[in-house]
Amino acid sequence: MEAVLCIDFGSTYTKLTAIDLQADQILGTAKDLTTVEQGILIGFEKARAKLIEQTGPLEFTEMLACSSAAGGLKMIAIGLVPELTAEAAKRAALGAGARVLGVYSYELTRLDIEEIRAAQPDLLLLAGGTDGGNTACILHNAALIAQHLDDLPVVVAGNKNARDEIEQIFERRGVSYKTVANVMPRLNELQVEPAREAIREVFLQEIVKAKGLSQAEELVGGILMPTPAAVLKAATVLADGTDLEPGIGPLIVIDVGGATTDIHSIGTGEPTKPGVVWKGLQEPYAKRTVEGDLGMRVSALSLWETAGSRRIGKHLESFDGSVEERCRKLQAEVSFVAMTEDDRSFEEALGMTAVEMAMERHAGVVESVYTPMGLFLSQTGKDLLEMRTVIGTGGVLVHSAQPERIVRAGCFRADNPTCLAPLNPDVWIDASYVLSALGLVAERNPEGALRLMKKYLLRSGRGAHGA
Amino acid sequence: MKATIVIGVIGADCHAVGNRILDHVFTEAGFHVVNIGVLSSQEDFISAAIETGARAILVSSLYGHGEIDCRGLREKCEEAGLSEMVLYVGGNLVVGKQDFAAVEQQFLAMGFNRVFSPDVPLEVAVRNLHEDLGLVV
Repeated sequence: MEAVLCIDFGSTYTKLTAIDLQADQILGTAKDLTTVEQGILIGFEKARAKLIEQTGPLEFTEMLACSSAAGGLKMIAIGLVPELTAEAAKRAALGAGARVLGVYSYELTRLDIEEIRAAQPDLLLLAGGTDGGNTACILHNAALIAQHLDDLPVVVAGNKNARDEIEQIFERRGVSYKTVANVMPRLNELQVEPAREAIREVFLQEIVKAKGLSQAEELVGGILMPTPAAVLKAATVLADGTDLEPGIGPLIVIDVGGATTDIHSIGTGEPTKPGVVWKGLQEPYAKRTVEGDLGMRVSALSLWETAGSRRIGKHLESFDGSVEERCRKLQAEVSFVAMTEDDRSFEEALGMTAVEMAMERHAGVVESVYTPMGLFLSQTGKDLLEMRTVIGTGGVLVHSAQPERIVRAGCFRADNPTCLAPLNPDVWIDASYVLSALGLVAERNPEGALRLMKKYLLRSGRGAHGA
Repeated sequence: MKATIVIGVIGADCHAVGNRILDHVFTEAGFHVVNIGVLSSQEDFISAAIETGARAILVSSLYGHGEIDCRGLREKCEEAGLSEMVLYVGGNLVVGKQDFAAVEQQFLAMGFNRVFSPDVPLEVAVRNLHEDLGLVV
């Protein structure tokens, strides 16, 4: 037996998954409350005791960990033009598994600096200018950061022509920084990988310690990445396959959590219909968006504020009470567990609303442009119409009797025909919460991780594409 | 270093071929060409120019609605801090057969530095751009 222990130090729960890589088997899972203040290992030991109860004594050959404890990896993205380098920087940060607290564009002001300081980020991502383009803005911002925020680590991924000067500015003030290739080397061309890598390195080297997680780090020999990055890694391996084993092709992962709803799409997102002009910033192949206002608990009230009672009510067959009241209650009682039929159907309605709105923001949009030469279609963002697989994860799905219905709320709707959401995909459910754990395994053993995902993700419903 | 210029086709205009030719010709002439393609708005041109540090914006319009699409571009450049930007416009700028001198006046009044009729040889435009940017050929 080759037993591996995967640990997810989550914001609320520390989740353990024991995996036998030789037999391609999940041996057991357990969780207990995360204990950041009292020492992260207390919660871990409790969870491990529960796990051992299920599985019997185990010798682990390796322990792998990811973390979103103590607020996750909190970042600020800085660029020049909002729709260009600032957006590119934001996408790079999201792809690295960060929580993006704010996005700033053009030259930073004193007020911006105060805001950034108050937001208490762990890391700054500084971009601006294409290679050979504008240098004035990023130099101005680097100087302000060196002057006022010199205790924060910075990843610099902007115009290469400004790099030498930025390095000098940061060296002089002793800022901890890392310079990598530009997130936008040429106009509308996105290059997020080098920045993602650098963010992950800084996370490993500095941020894990700063968050009081170093005890855990000693135990497991390194927290490999932020949890969302592990999910994205799992999704990428499942879609693309490995050197030896084929993947299942382009896919989407929808993760409905208490605080946020995340959507990951793996695929190019090129137009699927002929004659469509693709506009705007290039899309990342593995794209993650995070909706901080759409969640089942901490963000239940902001979900109601954004969606409104009628939109949530649309998914409710019979409900007499006030949607607003219920959302307030959920926000206040974070550990609330749905017990009655009424509770459950409300949870599902909330989940469907979150999925629907998160997909509207993640998927691309097609617009008709009337010209003297006739009608043209112009697409911005990713076309997901032909996506064959959508995988749902998160508490509301795992505990629901009809998870497929919730996931399908994210499909294409005739009353919103310009949104390029998947038309009729197969729906899979991550019923045993394995995605983040297998993302970690994929770092070391991609073949094993892929086989386990194919085995443990449940196909809940078939779409139009068949097997 | 090469001078950066932004080119593209403005408005609801899908004429892609001429724009490709401009891309080719100006690249050959030693410019760093940032081509934002067809169906481009004034904002697209300006954002591209800011981010790439461009010194000139060359706007194409082939479908006769250039006057509506180009109005206000100079003012937007001023607003975006690009007051030194060299602005060119060319193509079939207006509907029907109108006197080009009048059309030219109209676009110069809108703040364009030069206006090109469809039959101007591209070498002329290249030469003009070298002159206007103070480049030695």
